[in-house]
Amino acid sequence: MLGRLLVRYLRPGWPLILGVLVFQIAQSLASLWLPTLQADIIDDGVLKGDIDFIWRTGGIMLVISLGQIVCAVVAVYFGSRLAMGMGRDVRNDLFHRVVSFSQREVGQYGAPSLITRNTNDVQQVQMLVQMSATLMVSAPILAIGGVIFAIRQDVGLSWLMGVSVPVLLVIVSLIVVRMVPAFRAMQRRIDRVNQIMREQLTGIRVVRAFVREREERARFEKGSADVMESGVRAGNLMAIMFPAVMVVLNVSGAAVIWFGAFQVQAGDAQIGTLFAFLTYMMQILMGVMMATFMFVMIPRAAVCATRIGEVLDTEPSVTAPDTAAEVPAPVGRVVFDHVDFAYPGADDAVLHDISFTVEPGTTTAIIGSTGSGKTTLVGLIARLFDVTGGQVTVDGVDVRAYDPDELWRRTGLVQQRAFLFSGTIASNLRYGDEQATDEQLWEALEIAQATEFVEAMPEQLGAPIAQGGTNVSGGQRQRLSIARALVHRPEVYIFDDSFSALDLRTDAALRHALAERIPDATRVIVAQRVSTIQHADQILVLDHGRIVGRGTHDELVATNETYREIVDSQLSAKEAA
Amino acid sequence: MSGGGMRAGRGRGPMGGMGAPAAKAQNFGPSAKRLLGMLRPDALWIAVVVLFGVISVALSVVGPKLLGEATNVVVAGFISKDMPSGVTKAQVIAQIQASGNGQVADMLRGMDFTPGQGIDVGRLGWLIAVVLTVYIVSALFMWLQGRILNIVVQRAMHRIRMLVEDKLHRLPLSYYDRSQRGELLSRVTNDVDNIGQTLQQSMSQVVISLLTVLGVLIMMFSISPLLAVIALVTIPLTIVITVLVARRSQKLFVAQWAATGVLNARVEETFSGHAIVKVYGHQRDVETAFRDENDTVYRASFGAQFVSGIIMPAMMWVGNLVYVAIAVAGGLQIANGSISIGGVQAFIQYSRQFTQPLGQLGSMANLLQSGVASAERVFELLDEAEESPDADPALSVPADASELAFEDVAFRYLPDTPLIGDLSLAATPGSTVAIVGPTGAGKTTLVNLIMRFYDVDSGRILLDGVDTRQMTRADLRARTGMVLQDTWLFSGTIRENIAYGRPEASEEEIMDAATAAYVDRFVHALPDGYDTLLDDEATNLSAGERQLVTIARAFLADPRILILDEATSSVDTRTELLIQRAMSRLRTDRTSFVIAHRLSTIRDADLILVMESGSIVEQGTHDELLAAQGAYWRLYNAQFEAPVLDSGAPPVPAMAGGVPAAADAVGEREVPDAAEGVN
Repeated sequence: MLGRLLVRYLRPGWPLILGVLVFQIAQSLASLWLPTLQADIIDDGVLKGDIDFIWRTGGIMLVISLGQIVCAVVAVYFGSRLAMGMGRDVRNDLFHRVVSFSQREVGQYGAPSLITRNTNDVQQVQMLVQMSATLMVSAPILAIGGVIFAIRQDVGLSWLMGVSVPVLLVIVSLIVVRMVPAFRAMQRRIDRVNQIMREQLTGIRVVRAFVREREERARFEKGSADVMESGVRAGNLMAIMFPAVMVVLNVSGAAVIWFGAFQVQAGDAQIGTLFAFLTYMMQILMGVMMATFMFVMIPRAAVCATRIGEVLDTEPSVTAPDTAAEVPAPVGRVVFDHVDFAYPGADDAVLHDISFTVEPGTTTAIIGSTGSGKTTLVGLIARLFDVTGGQVTVDGVDVRAYDPDELWRRTGLVQQRAFLFSGTIASNLRYGDEQATDEQLWEALEIAQATEFVEAMPEQLGAPIAQGGTNVSGGQRQRLSIARALVHRPEVYIFDDSFSALDLRTDAALRHALAERIPDATRVIVAQRVSTIQHADQILVLDHGRIVGRGTHDELVATNETYREIVDSQLSAKEAA
Repeated sequence: MSGGGMRAGRGRGPMGGMGAPAAKAQNFGPSAKRLLGMLRPDALWIAVVVLFGVISVALSVVGPKLLGEATNVVVAGFISKDMPSGVTKAQVIAQIQASGNGQVADMLRGMDFTPGQGIDVGRLGWLIAVVLTVYIVSALFMWLQGRILNIVVQRAMHRIRMLVEDKLHRLPLSYYDRSQRGELLSRVTNDVDNIGQTLQQSMSQVVISLLTVLGVLIMMFSISPLLAVIALVTIPLTIVITVLVARRSQKLFVAQWAATGVLNARVEETFSGHAIVKVYGHQRDVETAFRDENDTVYRASFGAQFVSGIIMPAMMWVGNLVYVAIAVAGGLQIANGSISIGGVQAFIQYSRQFTQPLGQLGSMANLLQSGVASAERVFELLDEAEESPDADPALSVPADASELAFEDVAFRYLPDTPLIGDLSLAATPGSTVAIVGPTGAGKTTLVNLIMRFYDVDSGRILLDGVDTRQMTRADLRARTGMVLQDTWLFSGTIRENIAYGRPEASEEEIMDAATAAYVDRFVHALPDGYDTLLDDEATNLSAGERQLVTIARAFLADPRILILDEATSSVDTRTELLIQRAMSRLRTDRTSFVIAHRLSTIRDADLILVMESGSIVEQGTHDELLAAQGAYWRLYNAQFEAPVLDSGAPPVPAMAGGVPAAADAVGEREVPDAAEGVN
């Protein structure tokens, strides 16, 4: 998956890749040339007493090192462009894909996971490309080039490389292969300890009320001891790494001197050769080590790439039709015709054979227990989901045939957990209609029973709203999102349990205002409180995805046991009458 | 060759430092000292670590010189092997001088060789053996000190964590109420983790790096002061480069972080409010905005990466410059005999061994700053004022004490915001007291006072005639049970959560409690039954089912005094029915204080307290209060359809500090944030 992702997004940037390769190779070559020149200084300069040669060669070395840094910088330039550009492109594609998802896909992954994928995961992959472009190219070149140059200097000693390189490789690999899971385990335990801490903070009252401080402390202590244990294990591996590598490097150096001595004695090698060989040996070993570290990054980035690829490969289940149907003037009639809905691969359908009609200007209420499918049902109207059987029509036309923009013009959704965007009250309300005037905004606020608290804010309509609307209370959020729907002025309002945060008084006032000010609008209300839906034109009782009761409040109280039970639990006998 | 090149470790520093601008500590010195003080219990081990470190570094620093000696032996052998034996060194040199090669003569004069001998294998062998021993022993000590240091750091971290944990249980509830949850959480998790990382990474590196730099400097000067000075040139050069580049890249990093923050906020908002974005037709707007913000990120991050990516090549270049300089200057020095070839070789090794720790120390600065800043925040927490100690000697009451009375109780969270004044009430054993009123700090305050989460300003709360302040908090709380609106369960099994009420309870008692609370029914539908693990997000139980589990927990605790909060929005109606019944059962034979929302509860209560704006405005039974046509009567009428004009209580202003965060009073019910699953 990582490979596929890289190929797909890096291919268009192939000139950059070429640039990186060329300049990295050049840079590494320059790096590798210097020890050879130094060997020359010793052999042909110092030992022969040729001072000029020393100076001349020194000059050449200077020029080469200048060239090296220029090449290195250019390589970094290309590499950064490549990596950051890829990050940008992946983010764009991911975002576009997720926005085109329906609620089913969003629910499948969960918003937090999608957010992580579009931010952190892309970051990881991007970092891998950046590292590769800089280090992962030069490391192998240094290693291989080093081998070549070293052999060039002295073939007789080359066998030493054949020993130390594999030894180093084995040692480092062994350690690194153990280190990654060790650190992962440590992180998991740290997460656990933090979770315990989080729970204690959230439930501090309960902990104290049940006098469980000692148990909590013991629970935490165990978690902390676990962290300590895994931290020691991971740290031990770290502690071994450096000394082990040092031993290999230094022993190799000593071996070069020892074995090289005999070569010199036999006249097969020069002194300078020895020097150069030593330097190359070190460069090779360094290169091998760097490459091993880089390989550690790959699994992590691969995991991220898989997560990104998953999303990119998911097709949205709700798509706009190729040609939008002709639609009549908006009236606000909603019809469910033998509607079924099931998640793909699920045994049980969420909705079975749902049929009902909502006449324009009327209120239909839906009540039922958890899991009965209420939110899914109303979500079908606005095509947050698509039916798997039967059809939903708005104003006589199947919702799937609509141009999505037109469908959404006619429907207004107010969710249970109201969501506001960062900005101002006005900008949030205008989300329903960019052209709305201030008077229209105030009107909507009035109906939504929100005038009072908005007026109380110093900036009023300009009052800032934080992301998610967290700086206003739950009830205020709900009223603002109701106002937003009012500004939108759809023909069909869908209230998915949107009055739950309001007290009875405000709830009643709001419904009155709605009845009075938008009498022609169709209202579909999902609610838990009987008092909210008591006066609806039609009440549907949902149970396990089927309609088990239909009628007005009085009819249902008389005929439907489920409904009666619900009513009893909420009102006293006097009020229900 | 020792020392040169990469340090084993998670590549921070010059390699792609994508970290956020480090938070700065306010009092670096004192805080750092205090942080180090956390290691004091293991001071002896620290001394061992330092000792081992010194030994290791000393040995590793001597190595190159020895190796240089070995090289000299080889060179001497090389020079002398082609010379006739039997001649003395002086004679050979004179000969070469005479033949006009003065330069070579000069060089030879500085060498130690015997003409005709060739390589002195014995001496070479001895030197190599010593070198190997030195390096291996050095590595051994390095390894040992690393292991010991690691253990010491881990123990210190454990100590810090336990200090924080203990502190949390001694802090007064007022601290929790006035702190921002997220901020406090970050302090005890992120900041503590950060300290750990800093200690882990910096401790070993700082000590070794400092010692290495010192040792290498000494060795370099002992070989050749001239070359040493040349090598020292690197320091200012390195610093200049790092500072120049760092300054530019810092600005770019800040820009990158800002742009990324904007982008991430956009992603978060769009994905969290996905349905709203679509249903209001803002898909295209959002994508256009994203594309622009993404481009900004691209430009900023490219710049930052590029500029900071220059550091490594630049450092390498400085390293190479020094290498060249030493090669040339060294070569010249060898030529005129003032230094040996082996010496130059050693020197090159040393110069590599020198620059690397310097770079390490540089990249450490950021880490240290951030770590000490975190330590500061944690210390702040540890220094907070604690709860007042329990009364000593403490009084107690018989096990079945259940008569609770308030006697002239006055309380306010803030001195200038009056709350409860002169409240007296008596709850006879087994009676139910219903507390009603619009949402506001009032109702939770009573809970806080009864449980002694807060203490009264004046007056007394009496349990069977004994002032609760004279009892230990644990004693008082053991007799009271709480079922709150926001259901707190921890990440254990259902069984464990119920057992939280009374850990010593038997399996049978747990089952009884579960049955009484209607928990049994739905647990049997779960695949793992009572062993089902409740997870953090609690997605496997609905809000209503969680509430039932907390009721079971309260059943098990079997308290004489009960505090119930009936508010249960976002619970499906079926489960709500069960909760209602369970709560009603729970209340039998116990003195209960119920924050009531259901008419049936209120009507049947023995005493009703009507609260408004935080004060109790009426007391009495249902019939009495209706007859009085006061606040209760007004509230009661609101149950009906016709909205009553709000002539009642003015909105309670949100109190800053010292008060439990309350929702806006008017038009509100408290809604727990934990959401139920999809309907």
